[in-house]
Amino acid sequence: MDFSVVVEYFPRLLEGAWVSLQLVLISIVLGGIFALPIALARISPVAWIRAVPFAYIFFFRGTPLLVQIFLVYYGASQFDAVRESFLWPILREPFWCAIIAFTLNTSAYTAEIFRGAIQAIPQGEVEACKVIGMTKFQMYRRVLLPRAFGIVLPAYGNEIILMLKGSALASTITILDLTGMARTIIARTYTPMEIFLAAGAIYLVISIVIIAIFRQIELRQNRYLGTLSIKVPDKG
Amino acid sequence: MIDLHGFGDQLLQGAVVTLELALSSLFVGLILGLLGASAKLSSIAVIRWIANGYTTIIRGIPELLTVLIIYFGATSVLMAIAGLFGYDEYIEVGAFAAGVTALGLTFGAYATEVFRGALQSIPKGQHEAAIALGMGPIRKFYRIILPQVWRIALPGLGNLFLVLLKDTALVSVVGLDDIMRKANIAVSSTKQAFLFYLVAAFMYLALTIISMVFVSYMEKRASRGLNRG
Repeated sequence: MDFSVVVEYFPRLLEGAWVSLQLVLISIVLGGIFALPIALARISPVAWIRAVPFAYIFFFRGTPLLVQIFLVYYGASQFDAVRESFLWPILREPFWCAIIAFTLNTSAYTAEIFRGAIQAIPQGEVEACKVIGMTKFQMYRRVLLPRAFGIVLPAYGNEIILMLKGSALASTITILDLTGMARTIIARTYTPMEIFLAAGAIYLVISIVIIAIFRQIELRQNRYLGTLSIKVPDKG
Repeated sequence: MIDLHGFGDQLLQGAVVTLELALSSLFVGLILGLLGASAKLSSIAVIRWIANGYTTIIRGIPELLTVLIIYFGATSVLMAIAGLFGYDEYIEVGAFAAGVTALGLTFGAYATEVFRGALQSIPKGQHEAAIALGMGPIRKFYRIILPQVWRIALPGLGNLFLVLLKDTALVSVVGLDDIMRKANIAVSSTKQAFLFYLVAAFMYLALTIISMVFVSYMEKRASRGLNRG
């Protein structure tokens, strides 16, 4: 193996890594925003309100991310109505299609994590809020959501890592993310092992950095617990 | 009834390939997971390091990249090894073999953690009782430890299998004729992308539901010794 090609093309790989990071950051933020109402609807006492997010979550967790990306990127353009609509400039761009698919996907997983966290809060705290006379909104804003945030962190960190690994699929719809860039370089140099291993190493470094950041946030968020750690239900 | 333009049985053939790939990778992954977990609990430091390196690397890089590395890399590695033995014909690694290797390695890395937790949760007394009865290490493992580990590990392994099932779609990228690639072929000839990818999605969903039912049956079966009294 000849690793001089890695040195030569390293700046290109970093460019790709930056695209990967953008994909992950934008979809994680958007996904998190969508996940909250989905999670709250998912635990609603009304059966038909529960059913919609249940079906949504079941679909996006039960099908491969690759299918979801293709559905958005290739599937949407099957309809003339989409191609003539104001959304077309967005749905034409592979980058935004990837963002849409990733956001839908991660919001389903994140909603389940949020739901688990909200349900993991001891019933006594909910009762205490009611006894003090808090409204439902106050209860969520002041007690349940901040508590859930602390419980959610480890599982949420995992979700971001999974999203980072999922972002490699963006390369299948012509996006030059880290994997896409690696494949482009390989098409030119024909050195698959060297370049793929280098790309793998960059992914590994990004994952390790994300894990380290989350460990710090977790320590900070849960500092009132002392050394006690909370058991979080694992994602499926 | 939706019109699949005659691609219905093609898609079903793809589903069979997907299932074959998932089950073969499961088999490889379970063995790797048990080996990995034993290695992580080994008293020899070097073996622990190897197992830790394996799980960290595999879990830190995208599954798609693992598939690509195995698919493109296995050929050159195998040819280098074969070259040592004086065999210098061209060796080609098929998409299926590469897929089983890559997905088996991925499943094995996650299963290592599941098995490790399960192995550690077996009370020491169980080991001691088995030794006291005069069982050798292999018989102890098969008769006493494995059935209990299996019961504890099953929910975790079930989740991993659902992830594996979805990851099989990635092997279509290197040309395996699974559901995903059959759908791609159907799309390129009929131009009905939304229809065929949606059908593919529901096929995966159906496989997921079947697996979930099967796993819950296995869980019941594995804990039948526990629900008696």
